[in-house]
Parts: sequence; structure tokens; C-alpha cells
Amino acid sequence: MSTANCPECEAEITLDASAEVGEIIVCPDCGVDLEITSLDPAKVEIAPMEQEDWGE
Amino acid sequence: MLKVGFLYTRLRVEEKFLLDELEKHKDVETVKINDGDQYFDIAHINEPVDVLFERSISYSRGLYISKIYEANGVRVVNSSQVAERCGDKYVTSQILVREGIPTPRVLMAFDEEAALQAVDALGFPCVLKPVVGSWGRLLAKVDDRHAAESFIEHKSSLGVNHQIFYIQEYVNKPGRDIRAFVVGEEPIGAIYRTSPNWITNTARGGVASNCPLTPELSDLCRRTARAMGGGLLAIDVFETENGLTINEVNHTMEFRNSITTTGVNIPALMIEYVLAQARG
Repeated sequence: MSTANCPECEAEITLDASAEVGEIIVCPDCGVDLEITSLDPAKVEIAPMEQEDWGE
Repeated sequence: MLKVGFLYTRLRVEEKFLLDELEKHKDVETVKINDGDQYFDIAHINEPVDVLFERSISYSRGLYISKIYEANGVRVVNSSQVAERCGDKYVTSQILVREGIPTPRVLMAFDEEAALQAVDALGFPCVLKPVVGSWGRLLAKVDDRHAAESFIEHKSSLGVNHQIFYIQEYVNKPGRDIRAFVVGEEPIGAIYRTSPNWITNTARGGVASNCPLTPELSDLCRRTARAMGGGLLAIDVFETENGLTINEVNHTMEFRNSITTTGVNIPALMIEYVLAQARG
């Protein structure tokens, strides 16, 4: 099982087996939005801030 | 093997549901295309697909990339034409007015003084909205002229796109609105979004509950979907004393709160539609 550290609070985060690059997860410790940028090795980055033309 | 291009900005819960559904179809190969991490040659698609399923969170990225694929002969769901009709609130309102579909009154203005005149003409309260934008962001309910003067001055400082003033009649809804989901031109389910706030988007804390598809609601959704060009649409509907009225239509809908609420497998129906379009 792959783990990464939250860049905000350094909490250890375990990625689900179904995790995918580009997926947004929430740090269970500090609550910041994180984007999975790599699976092997597991890497997460602070998710980009929402842009003006984002939506549904 | 059917090749489905899956265009995305981020893999939200919705995208994961949709990818899971695609995976259930053994005769389908999914090509994931991130809209930000590569460039696109407008004369040539590097990896041809039978259909492009556009799920970008970014309206501009989704629109341009859809146009590039369409220009190279690929069918896109939703088409760039539908995206443009839904993504720009002016265009949506104009189509609804043209088709005689009930919708709140809208005035457009392109100068601060003209915007104030428009607000006076509509009366208070009224609503200022960016023509492009979602999730209830930067909406302003204008309760009086002093507020109008402040909002319009502030909006003007936000850049040229915010100097396009879309001023909408305020609809006094009963603490909730309706979000109806359409596949093709057929409504498949609907939810109420209830909130003590006048902005009822679930992205802003509105709570979802099931809304029955009455004949009136279904008929209005069909007419609206037809006017917008059909596809995978989420239609926002207000209840008024005089019946239902269409607020806006979304073309890359979020539905995570609506699957259990409606009891409808929304992602499965969406994928069936996308595959049917691919098979042409």
C-alpha cells in the first residue's frame, strides 16, 4: 500500500488501491485538498485553487 | 473496441463514478485526457477516439478542446454548441426566451450607469450574475439601490468580463429549487435543493432530497433540453406562484448527491448515452 505525506501538515496519507493520478483527496488531518500527482512512488500536491471559469 | 476519450481537469467523485461505469463495458477502451497537462494540435488528433466525453471543470478548456476534436471529425458529448449554450448565462436565457420557455426576466448592460438603470427598471431585489461561472460564485442579490451602486462599482473593477452586466429578476422561491437530470431529451430524475440561503447549490450547502418527476416538470425539461440541443444536462428549476420557471442549464453536471437521493444510477445512464453516441 502506498503512502505519501501531506505537504501542508506532513500527515501520512495512505492511498486507496483504486487511487488515480489527477484524483482529489482531502487530508484527513488538516483538511486541505490534495491532488494525487503520482502513484509509484505516491505523491500528492496541494490541489490548484479553483479558477473563475470552473463549474459544472 | 470502442475508444472513448475522457476529458477532465480533475478526477472528482463524479469522474470516478463515470470511469467505473466505463470499465464495466468490456468492449470499451477509455483514453484519459487531462485538459491542462498537454498541448493540442488543431489540425491533428494524436490519439483518435470514437467519441470525446467532455468532463472538464474548466469551461474554457472544455469548450476549446471540444471544438478541436469536433473540427477533426470526433463527436463530443456534450457538443461544443451545447456547452456554449449552457456555459454562457446570456445565451441560455436568450434561447429560453426565444422558445417561449418560462424563465426569469433578464436585462443586459455594458456600462455602470446603464447597469444601474437596468436594476432600477427590474426593481428590488434583483440578482447580478457573471455570464460565465458556476457553483453560485459571485452572485449578488441586490436589495436596494445603495447595494446596487456598490456591487456594480466592485464588479467593474474585476475586469472586462465583469463589465458584462447580466441582471436577473429575483425569484422568491420556497426555500428550495429543483435540479432535474436529463439524458438525451428525457428527464431521468430530480432533486430538491433546500437551503435557508437564497443560493441553493449543493456546492454551497444546499441539502438534496428526492423530487418527483411530475408531468409538468418532465414536459418543461423536455422542452428545455430540446432547445439547448439535448445531451447530458442538469436543469435548474424554480417553483413560483405561476408555475415552474427555468433558471439555468448545466452541461458538465455534478450528481454525487443525487444517485442515492433519486434512486437512479445517473452515471450508468450517462455512459450508455455516450456509448450510443459513439456507435452513432
